[in-house]
Amino acid sequence: MKIHEYQAKEIFKRFGIPVPDGKVATTPEEAEKIANELGSPLVVKAQVHVGGRGKAGGVKLVKTPGEAKEAASKILGLDIKGLTVKKVLITKAIDIKDEAYIGYIVDRRSKKPLVMVSAAGGIDIEEVARETPEKIHKFVIDPFYGLLPHQAMELALKLYNDIKLVRKAADVILKLYKAFISVDASLSEINPFVVTPDGEIWAVDAKINIDDNALVRHPDIEEMRDVTEAEKKELDAKSKGLSYIKLDGNIGCVVNGAGLAMATMDLIKKYGGEPANFLDIGGSSSPEKVVNALNILISDKNVKSIFFNIFGGITRCDDVANGIVEALSKLTINLPIVIKLAGTNEDEAKKILSQTELITAASMADGAKKSIEIAGK
Amino acid sequence: MSILIDKSTKLAVQGITGRDGSFHTKQMLEYGTHVVAGVTPGKGGEQVEGVPVFNTVKEAVEQTGANTSILFVPAKFAIDAIYEAGDAGIRLIVAVSEGIPALDMVKVVAFLDEKGSDLIGPNSPGIISPGKSKVGILPGQIFKQGLIGVISRSGTLTYEIVNHLTNAELGESTCLGIGGDPIIGLKFIDCLELFSKDEQTKGVVLIGEIGGSDEEEAAVYIKENFKKPVVSFIAGLTAPPGKRMGHAGAIVSGGTGTAAEKIKAFESVGVAVAKEPEEVVKLLKEKL
Repeated sequence: MKIHEYQAKEIFKRFGIPVPDGKVATTPEEAEKIANELGSPLVVKAQVHVGGRGKAGGVKLVKTPGEAKEAASKILGLDIKGLTVKKVLITKAIDIKDEAYIGYIVDRRSKKPLVMVSAAGGIDIEEVARETPEKIHKFVIDPFYGLLPHQAMELALKLYNDIKLVRKAADVILKLYKAFISVDASLSEINPFVVTPDGEIWAVDAKINIDDNALVRHPDIEEMRDVTEAEKKELDAKSKGLSYIKLDGNIGCVVNGAGLAMATMDLIKKYGGEPANFLDIGGSSSPEKVVNALNILISDKNVKSIFFNIFGGITRCDDVANGIVEALSKLTINLPIVIKLAGTNEDEAKKILSQTELITAASMADGAKKSIEIAGK
Repeated sequence: MSILIDKSTKLAVQGITGRDGSFHTKQMLEYGTHVVAGVTPGKGGEQVEGVPVFNTVKEAVEQTGANTSILFVPAKFAIDAIYEAGDAGIRLIVAVSEGIPALDMVKVVAFLDEKGSDLIGPNSPGIISPGKSKVGILPGQIFKQGLIGVISRSGTLTYEIVNHLTNAELGESTCLGIGGDPIIGLKFIDCLELFSKDEQTKGVVLIGEIGGSDEEEAAVYIKENFKKPVVSFIAGLTAPPGKRMGHAGAIVSGGTGTAAEKIKAFESVGVAVAKEPEEVVKLLKEKL
């Protein structure tokens, strides 16, 4: 789960990482009021779950409360990579002498937490990593002992020459590790980590992603969830045991298993069609799940045909067939349904479906082609 | 031969008295797997499908000589169940459970490394050596003893491809799902190493999907170390981008984990990549 910068900064503060004072506003008037309280100069920053906010016009430096109001009115409602800005963070502007990078991740390769630091922080850090990887210093952490103070010191020594700054940075590196572990983050990052001309240090930006599997033990962080309209539908599906992502095409897909669902979408596209969605009904599916899945698909007005691709393992094909029959009797479905079933209880399923008007497919490719053809009519 | 499991596999089922545990115990027994013990704390002395239940894995190992275990335990209890299996000296642990936090996994994986135990999963459908043993929830009837090793990050997509292998009379030596989570036990490279030493295996199918850099790592390994033919399929070519993990993810992997990047990595080392699941068979036959 992604959280906003201002929420990540609240967590940073809890762990003693220095962040500039700031507050969130949802209206230009509120932004002006906050600007009056904080004093100038300030930065107004869009709070959306994507990177590249600055380049999209979502970050503005302002000198007066009036300017803050004006900037907020421009940024609120702005579309950044498909997401609408609903909140802005008004925060103290910091004089920048030097920008560094500090980041933690759960590393798939070493299967351990990994810390990375670089003296070349800022918006171009990914380019730095590509062009000059030697400027990124990585260290794999023993999960049982955690990051030790001398290890943090060694990393901080790569950032600065001034020993006072090195000590301050080492302290932040340790605190960020503690935060990373405590909230079960999959990523936590300070970029830029700023040194001012006076030798102060600040986490000017903050990013934390939380491991979805660990959210059950962090109800306080679960409350930070901010969902868009599209995500609401996805979350609603999730509460019913379905994994759903809406796309722009016209062929609705119902598949068991994420890999097979993606492969089904790929195949539809390969044969010239456009999938309307990703929908994984998961394992051990009940007839009820199939009804719920069909309900989601028929609420999408773009859908012109539906393709069921089920490979029975734990999911029993006859359960899916019963679900379809049940759904056909309960819902008004005027869309043609193409179905490919294989695996556990395949024969029983075929018997059940023989009394319906469904179009059967012999293979995945056959099913994809048939659903495209029908959707085009 | 085959890898990791065969006729000598003696299986303990952790969480055998649960709904999934008892159902799949029956399925595995019917397939011919030697299920020698079940473990559920507090249910020691009972039987499930004729299999004796013990309170601890340690007891199960002492009494039955179990060398492999499978977990049908909810995520909340799964981590300790894996530690327990490792502590009891189980050599191969298969974790079907999903929803285990990554920072719990990093510790248990390091623990098992010390113990010298292998882990498949979590979030894995398990492993099967057709005609010999099945440890997992894979539908046994679609498999046939044969020539091809199958390694996959997926579940049902694997079955779709295996079905084609079986129908084409190629059959499988061993097929395993390594699990869909970020932190897992055995990875593509570990399995390739095992398949390279297995005489029954004449070729390997590698089924990948978007995210992470496991496929790219496997490509490097294949180029340097793997001599048998490899065919791959990658799911997610048309998946919408955007589930990006900030800067750190891109810095670590040096890429973004897209299907196109993975396909490119494989093709550059001579691995044929199928454009649809069915094509895997054709590409394999050309190479064998």
